[in-house]
Amino acid sequence: MDAFTIEIGKIAPFMTANIDTDVIMPKQFLKGIDRNGLDKGVFFDQRFLLSGEPNPEFVLNKPQWIGARFLAVGANFGCGSSREHAVWGLKQLGVRALIGTTFAGIFYDNCQRNGLLVIELDEKLMTQFGEHVASGEIQEIEIDLLRQKIKLTAKNEINFELDPMRKEALMQGLDAIGSTLQRTEAIKSFEKQHLMNNPWLG
Amino acid sequence: MNIPKTLYEKLIGSHTVCQLDDKGHVLLYIDRQVLNEYTSPQAFSGLRDANRDLWRANTSLAVVDHVNSTEPQRVSVGPQEGGALQVNYFAKNCEKFGIELFDILDSRQGIEHVVAPEQGFILPGMTVAAGDSHTTTYGALGAFGFGIGTSEIEHLLATQTLIYKKLKTMRVTVNGTLGLGITSKDVVMEMIRDIGASGATGYAIEFCGSTIESMSVEARMTICNMAVEAGARGAFMAPDEVVYAYLKPKPRVPKGELWDRAVEQWKQLYTDADARFDREVTIDANSIEPMVTWGTSPDQALIISGVVPNPRDNIDLAKRKSMTRSLQYMGLQAGTAMQGIAITHAFIGSCTNARIEDLRQVAEIVKEQKVADGVRAMIVPGSSKVRAQAQEEGLADIFINAGFEWRQSGCSMCLAMNDDVLNPGDRCASSTNRNFEGRQGAGVRTHLMSPAMVAAAAIKGHLCDVRDWEIN
Repeated sequence: MDAFTIEIGKIAPFMTANIDTDVIMPKQFLKGIDRNGLDKGVFFDQRFLLSGEPNPEFVLNKPQWIGARFLAVGANFGCGSSREHAVWGLKQLGVRALIGTTFAGIFYDNCQRNGLLVIELDEKLMTQFGEHVASGEIQEIEIDLLRQKIKLTAKNEINFELDPMRKEALMQGLDAIGSTLQRTEAIKSFEKQHLMNNPWLG
Repeated sequence: MNIPKTLYEKLIGSHTVCQLDDKGHVLLYIDRQVLNEYTSPQAFSGLRDANRDLWRANTSLAVVDHVNSTEPQRVSVGPQEGGALQVNYFAKNCEKFGIELFDILDSRQGIEHVVAPEQGFILPGMTVAAGDSHTTTYGALGAFGFGIGTSEIEHLLATQTLIYKKLKTMRVTVNGTLGLGITSKDVVMEMIRDIGASGATGYAIEFCGSTIESMSVEARMTICNMAVEAGARGAFMAPDEVVYAYLKPKPRVPKGELWDRAVEQWKQLYTDADARFDREVTIDANSIEPMVTWGTSPDQALIISGVVPNPRDNIDLAKRKSMTRSLQYMGLQAGTAMQGIAITHAFIGSCTNARIEDLRQVAEIVKEQKVADGVRAMIVPGSSKVRAQAQEEGLADIFINAGFEWRQSGCSMCLAMNDDVLNPGDRCASSTNRNFEGRQGAGVRTHLMSPAMVAAAAIKGHLCDVRDWEIN
């Protein structure tokens, strides 16, 4: 997993509520057995016209937002299907962080496992932030994960909250399975007791 | 004195290997996982690449459901290249890692969340995780089920645990008697409309109340299944005699003395009196009417006697914008009566509503009727066992005589990953769980409702109130 420390880049507005993972990664891109080639699928039905040409009306195709590394998103982003392909695709497209108010649970965890930073701001602040991104007042930002700050200008910063455990995993690009397997003895002893108490679970 | 606990706290507490921090993260032991062919391949590849083995192979059950064809003539793989790749890789992985697989030709094949309960694979008090958001279904059995992504599947297969953050708790109490023609689907759709598509994000929901208690296990599954459409990462009901009676004849449940011991233990699975929830919601079952969606989010729903809402009536600017966009996608005008909306397709299927009781309700509606001209109507049973039982009970003949396509089981047009895809502009009355843009095919317009309501719409050719039907 890529480590996240400080990232700088363009931020694009995507402030519609309830953007689901079917919209982020439509079904025709779910048929592989690897993680490759999913950048093409991201927002496919909106991003491309039926002819296959990029849709000039779509936000990430507009000149000021092409190549955005961050998205300012509406509430409940990533709802619906558990498909991790949505997160793989966003990352392959170059997106490094999402900033919004609430994120769907499975999607949030999928982001965490793939080093895609998810920042949750309170609604009032996010509404204002989203408006400034949409109006072009905010174009490029710096996200400093160690200091938990979004830097808008030299003087203007937004602080954000993040569980220390999640922060450490993101900053170090940790392999979650590797670290859990260090607790093998604890799992084994729990399991032994658990199966003794509930023998039908064996 | 012991502090009173919610059922959620009991379920999580009894599966906590250790605390990981003081923010609510725990290492959570998972009793069972169900695997499908489309969200598991990269998890298996990860295990192979790292040369890791499964923690315990007999806790997994593998079912092909998302990509398989539902054509009446079964084939072992299916016509699509991508689907075939996944089906073959799935079989290879199950063989290598020693996981039991129900492949397409297996008589026990079906949608994972229909198959696992009917096999007795899921029991009260279990923690269950699967690479599918509708894993919440198992809450109807008093188990705690939730969906996970592919990286988490890999973690689970390798360690039998997940790094888990404890949720807030919500109790949804449903009291009263449902009217004739009103189903558990209407109850859960009403709840989603009420609290919104993110109303339960960050929460686990416990359902209770007299309405729930009087429901069958299958009806309860519909509610737990769709709770995820309000954002719930887990939705369950305390197990009771109805659950034990449902489970007892299933093939994989404990037998004899072990069964009695298990039931004794399951009877401890309830929320203590005076336990506190972070949020309480109450629903009056007496006032629920048949529900339909008008938009592209499951919370964009209303009663069938209503009219398409006007975005201008909403004071919230962001909501107004999303309503306008939904109406545009759905090709609907504000003020249009829902009952008059003509459909091109009717689909009865999915892990939400394709069990035998659903099909019996459909048969009651369509018996000696004909599907309206210009409507293509499909029934995709939730499992091969459901299909066989419907045939035995004579339901299949009723469907076929009415002009429905009677198909093999699978996820099918719920998410249209296989070849059951509709065309842009098609409008489908659907017993499924998601009316997202493009869900049943690019540009397809989906209206969610109960299977009985879909059946009535198929016969009339437009959305209609199933209660008028029953009076006639």
